[in-house]
Amino acid sequence: MTQSVIELTVTDQDRRIAWLATAAVALSLVDAAIPSPLPGVKPGLANIVTLVVLARYGWATAVWVSGLRVLAGSLLLGYFLAPGFFLSLTGTLFSLATLGLARHLPARWFGPVSLSILAAFAHIGGQLVLARLWLIPHDGVFLLTPVFALAALVFGTINGLIAAKLLSDTPPPPEPDHA
Amino acid sequence: MSWLALIKPGDWLLILLGTTLVGASFPLFWQGGLADRAIVRQNGQVFAEVDLRSRRQLEVPGPLGPTLIAIEPGRARVLSDPGPRQYCVRQGWLMRPGEIAICAPNRVSVQITGRTKVYDSISY
Repeated sequence: MTQSVIELTVTDQDRRIAWLATAAVALSLVDAAIPSPLPGVKPGLANIVTLVVLARYGWATAVWVSGLRVLAGSLLLGYFLAPGFFLSLTGTLFSLATLGLARHLPARWFGPVSLSILAAFAHIGGQLVLARLWLIPHDGVFLLTPVFALAALVFGTINGLIAAKLLSDTPPPPEPDHA
Repeated sequence: MSWLALIKPGDWLLILLGTTLVGASFPLFWQGGLADRAIVRQNGQVFAEVDLRSRRQLEVPGPLGPTLIAIEPGRARVLSDPGPRQYCVRQGWLMRPGEIAICAPNRVSVQITGRTKVYDSISY
């Protein structure tokens, strides 16, 4: 066998990201299987993973896991590079940016539920902006804002609660020495 | 551990704030109610007032020729117009109270109204 020119060394961090992204992708598939009354209204279960990762491993890992989830999820569900992909990507970028800011809120007062609600609102806000600018260049898009906002509030709260529950049930894993 | 114990004080505050915002957004975005009637004007005069429950077409004569208007349940649009720039045709379906398509060269306009009157501007 010829020696490979490029040696890829896989770190524990890479493996962790891969595992967490897999979990997130699995949850996006569950998400897609749940019937929705309106396109765009989804529970967003994969965000539970993002919230847990953010709390446990920090923002950079959360960005990796979310990014891979959007990419792999769209490939598996067959909407890679379709409008839905860009909506999903924009929503994710907006909510990651919001999480990046919101994680500095005092943890004594604001838990995963707050982060989840803020991220959900940012997600739908980003998607509406993209839809208005690109897909449906008409203000009629914003007519659905109240419905989307209500869904963001409800699902954001539920996902945040699940993330909080997961975080309180399992103690943080021991940090590897080289991390 | 109870679920409620997982919600911190700030979380409650945010849930309350979110609920208020969502509650306020409904009347804000949905003012004017549903599209009820379409008012078709020719040269500033009301040519026809149509109930938006029927499905029909309207031909409005103007200085350039006939403007064709389509009425469907809950919406109306200009189907064709002899005007040069076709702005009113390209506007597509009008379905919100207050929306209006104006075919200026042919002096025809279609406006949607609801039960409550919506102002497109207020001046003092």
